[in-house]
Amino acid sequence: MSKERNEKNQVQDKKKTLLRLGKYLMQHKLMLFFAIILTITSNVFSLVGPRLSGNAIDAIGLSKGEADFPKVFYYCTLMIIMYALSAILSYALSVLMVNLSQKIIYKMRKDLSDKLLSMPVSFFDRHQTGDIVSRMSYDIDTINSSLSHDFVQISTSANTILGSLFMMIKISPMLVLVFAVTIPISLLMTRYKAKKVRPLFKKRSAKLGELNGYAEEIITGQKSIKTYNSEDVYIDRFDGKNSDAVSAHYEAEYHGSTMGPSVNFVNNLSLALISMFGAILFLKGKLTPGNLSTFVLYSRKFSGPINEIANILSELQSSLAAAERVFRLIDEESEPADLTGAKAIENVRGDVELKNIDFSYDGVKTVLKNVNLKADKGSLIAIVGPTGAGKTTIINLLMRFYDPVTGEITLDGTPYLDITRDSLRSSYAMVLQDTWLFGGTIYENIAYGNKNATREDVERCAKAAKIHNYIMALPEGYDTYLSEDGINISQGQKQLLTIARAMLLDSKMLILDEATSNVDTRTEKEIQSAMTTLMNGKTCFVIAHRLSTVENADAILVINDGEIKEQGTHSELLEKGGIYASMYNSQYE
Amino acid sequence: MKKIFPYIKPQIFAIIIGLTIKFIGTIMDLFLPYILAYIIDDVVPTGNINEVYFWGIAMLIVSAIALIGNIVANRMAAKVARNATRAIRHDLFTKISYLSSSEIDSFTIPSLEARLTSDTYHLHHMIGMMQRMGVRAPILLIGGLIIAFSLEPALALVLLCLLPFMGYSVWTISKKGVPLYSSLQSSVDNMIRAVREHASGIRVIKALSKVDYEKERFDEANRDVVKNEKRAGLTMALTNPVMNIFLNTGLTLVILVGAYRVNAGVSETGKIIAFLSYFTIILNAMMSITRIFVMTSKGSASAKRIGDVLSSPGNLPIMADEPIKTDAHIVFDDVTFSYNKKKDNIKNISFSLKKGETLGIIGATGSGKSTVINLLMRLYDTDAGKIYINGESVRSIPHEKLHKMFGTVFQGDVLFADTIKNNIDFGRNLTDEQIENAAKHACAFEFIDSLPDKFGHMLTGKGANLSGGQKQRVLLARAFAGGNDILILDDSSSALDYKTDATLRRNIKENYSDTTSIIIAQRISSIKHADLILMLDEGEIIGSGTHEDLMKNCPAYREIADTQMGGGHFE
Repeated sequence: MSKERNEKNQVQDKKKTLLRLGKYLMQHKLMLFFAIILTITSNVFSLVGPRLSGNAIDAIGLSKGEADFPKVFYYCTLMIIMYALSAILSYALSVLMVNLSQKIIYKMRKDLSDKLLSMPVSFFDRHQTGDIVSRMSYDIDTINSSLSHDFVQISTSANTILGSLFMMIKISPMLVLVFAVTIPISLLMTRYKAKKVRPLFKKRSAKLGELNGYAEEIITGQKSIKTYNSEDVYIDRFDGKNSDAVSAHYEAEYHGSTMGPSVNFVNNLSLALISMFGAILFLKGKLTPGNLSTFVLYSRKFSGPINEIANILSELQSSLAAAERVFRLIDEESEPADLTGAKAIENVRGDVELKNIDFSYDGVKTVLKNVNLKADKGSLIAIVGPTGAGKTTIINLLMRFYDPVTGEITLDGTPYLDITRDSLRSSYAMVLQDTWLFGGTIYENIAYGNKNATREDVERCAKAAKIHNYIMALPEGYDTYLSEDGINISQGQKQLLTIARAMLLDSKMLILDEATSNVDTRTEKEIQSAMTTLMNGKTCFVIAHRLSTVENADAILVINDGEIKEQGTHSELLEKGGIYASMYNSQYE
Repeated sequence: MKKIFPYIKPQIFAIIIGLTIKFIGTIMDLFLPYILAYIIDDVVPTGNINEVYFWGIAMLIVSAIALIGNIVANRMAAKVARNATRAIRHDLFTKISYLSSSEIDSFTIPSLEARLTSDTYHLHHMIGMMQRMGVRAPILLIGGLIIAFSLEPALALVLLCLLPFMGYSVWTISKKGVPLYSSLQSSVDNMIRAVREHASGIRVIKALSKVDYEKERFDEANRDVVKNEKRAGLTMALTNPVMNIFLNTGLTLVILVGAYRVNAGVSETGKIIAFLSYFTIILNAMMSITRIFVMTSKGSASAKRIGDVLSSPGNLPIMADEPIKTDAHIVFDDVTFSYNKKKDNIKNISFSLKKGETLGIIGATGSGKSTVINLLMRLYDTDAGKIYINGESVRSIPHEKLHKMFGTVFQGDVLFADTIKNNIDFGRNLTDEQIENAAKHACAFEFIDSLPDKFGHMLTGKGANLSGGQKQRVLLARAFAGGNDILILDDSSSALDYKTDATLRRNIKENYSDTTSIIIAQRISSIKHADLILMLDEGEIIGSGTHEDLMKNCPAYREIADTQMGGGHFE
């Protein structure tokens, strides 16, 4: 039962995937139309070839002295012209197809990347980068080679098949009957094989994605593995994944590679039958030798493409499997659209309020319970508490990376849901503990959030963040290219760069999540005045372990187990002698 | 490519058998037109229908042998490709595991990842196809030529004249292709980097509303790939029509020459017909060879990228440095080092540490704190000066022995998508007791125990399902669990609150008193009890001694202490 349903689903999936690939193709109707026209004409020219050569051979005659040379020359000249035209047209077709397939692949990659960027933050918390990369590179590559190569082949082949069939029927309808036996055999065989091979190709794609994900993870941790002497263990584990990947590849090829020879066999079968019956027909005087030769040439032309199509069908299986993986990602749910009627918020004052917030990441474990918080314009709110208590979750909610399960957040009295995400997020500036720099110059990295920033602005902020001198000591200064992981820049220096980035933003609210955790105290003190300017007039949310940095807060929230346990100013909380007081005192133990 | 041959060599036996089978299968394919010609020219004139049947059945048998031969050979080829790829990947990964840190820096992680996956994949594809087509095509070509010669030497000469032209054009075109594919590969690397950056920076991108900008940035990379791919594709697409023109011209010439020969009575029409059949086979073989060239251009670009990694030296070599006599556990003797060999990252660092003592390192961002431990663990070699452990120079200690000495938490250390237990064990086969104790000492036991699967709890990649402080505690447990001689903690309590940090310090003192510790920290409180504290600035020691010494003699240190602890609070 379930197996049947499974098969049915598979067939439906396959159809859907094909349809979607088709949709990409159909966006270029005009090019497709020309491609088909070109295919047909170039084919007709090359199809006429054997016919002409047959005529030429007939003109040679069967024995000495029978040749009709003017006729032979005539047909040979025609042949050359036809073949030349066919070659020119087929190149034109290739050019067209390369352009077409690149347009489609470009669009597909763009769709995939656009989709990724519209995904909610939680998606990236759940998925391995390596697997995403594998879809973007290997899977789309597979589709690409299939589109540019297979499509032309299939349309050429279809044409050739029809054309040669027509020619053969013209020569000898009797002999064509041979194919009535062999073609159904071919069809049954390829159908059976394709069905068997498809899941194997799917597995191949998936295993390669897994390998990619694993490799990414382990290489990132190479230094740690090395220092614990655990290379062998991880090499072993990698070998496991590697074996899985190459075996999946082998399995797919083991079955896939029988397709070509099998179809070739059927073709040889036809050739044998044609020879036999052709000879008999000739003996009975129903066929000239030239006709037999032409027929054989056409039958080769006829079966060649069938052979090709069989190979392509197996290749097509792999690209269908790849396309499915790409489409599955494209189908993931994006961050939901802004509510209709949501407006971009303007002239932000900076009054933020959280009302009765409950939150859970997985719907099972509650991370925040009934959190209430009112932050007035320009106030400094500090959030402290033991690790894992839910501090970063509050930031996730403030930035609307996640929506609360119950409760409401408002900005200047407007509920979050009625504000467009873009305008909401750009009213915040944010410096996180996990710094993010991208492959670009230092200048570009600092100016990232503000496209109107001038060189002077950037340098001013870098100076304020006490990172200017470091930058100037680099051989290329602000134009130094930061490559991923490549350059020896310390964690603290990265944080200073992101602080400079935040300083360039003109926002009414500021989030500092352990913004200076890797910056030494001295530098932190040096940038204090700049931080004060940065925070001036802004509603600030600060997470910090170094309690000295939060002493001046207007309100300190102590979070534990997802609840606000204490709330008040530094001195109020110290007086209270609760969690905060004991945390504060432990600094001096 | 040279680097790749050794992987194919051990399988040479399997390859030869495979090729032989393939050879037989392919020869069978060639027999068919031969039999066909025989039927038309020799059997038909006799009018013997039985003989026609006989030869027809012979053709069927030959086809069947071709079928079996080709399938078996294809499968063997797939097997060879699988084994070779598995071995290449294994060696490449092993090599990467043992690369020195500066080599990793220069290759960069994303590029290594690409080499390990997509480049090896290209090779896998190439090795498989080479055997399948690389045999069949030349056999068909050469066999076709031989039979064509034996059939009609004069006509075959026509063909032969064309071959150099065809060879030359295929060679020229594919030579142009290789650099095109190399630049394609590097533009793909570029695009992949953008994707990786989007995955890691999605929070910042969204926070700064830069989604559209990033779309644009990806678009640029995408366009670049498309441009390069088009260039390579259009160049390679030339081969087919060019081949076609050559071969079909040949075909026409054959008919012309044939006409003269038949007319002169030195040849027969049946032979010309068969000849044309072989011609088609030869044409197809040439096409396949062309495709092989295209594939090789692609594959050799990948082979080179893999070869580059395989031939880099890897682990730093063991040197025969003289040991020194000392009762100190760790000695730094006037050490100087620079990553880029331009500006020194640390200068003239000297200190010595007895067994069981604790060293605290403090200093400004970028002052060289992490560099000190990188050198101690010999992730890099010093430019000047020596480092000794138990009197032996670290350069003279075998890597395995050296690395066994340390329990380490790096700044920004990684957790894998695996269970908590495995993340602590880290492939060392520790006992459950060791792991649990380490977790207890690292203040991690409580939170792990509250998880539904406890130590079996699965982490997501990079430990994304843990909070910053929880991650650090698991990492600390990893460093404790091995019971190593030296404990290195690089800013590994920055995400811990003060209370946990204090408990942690107490635990280390109580349970690891024999362990020599090096602690890098921003907080004075984390290191103030250390036996020796180094204050670094711009790579140089500007103060060293105990907390009390530094408070007296080092103004920079005192300044930090005052800010962090408020005057008078220390004691």
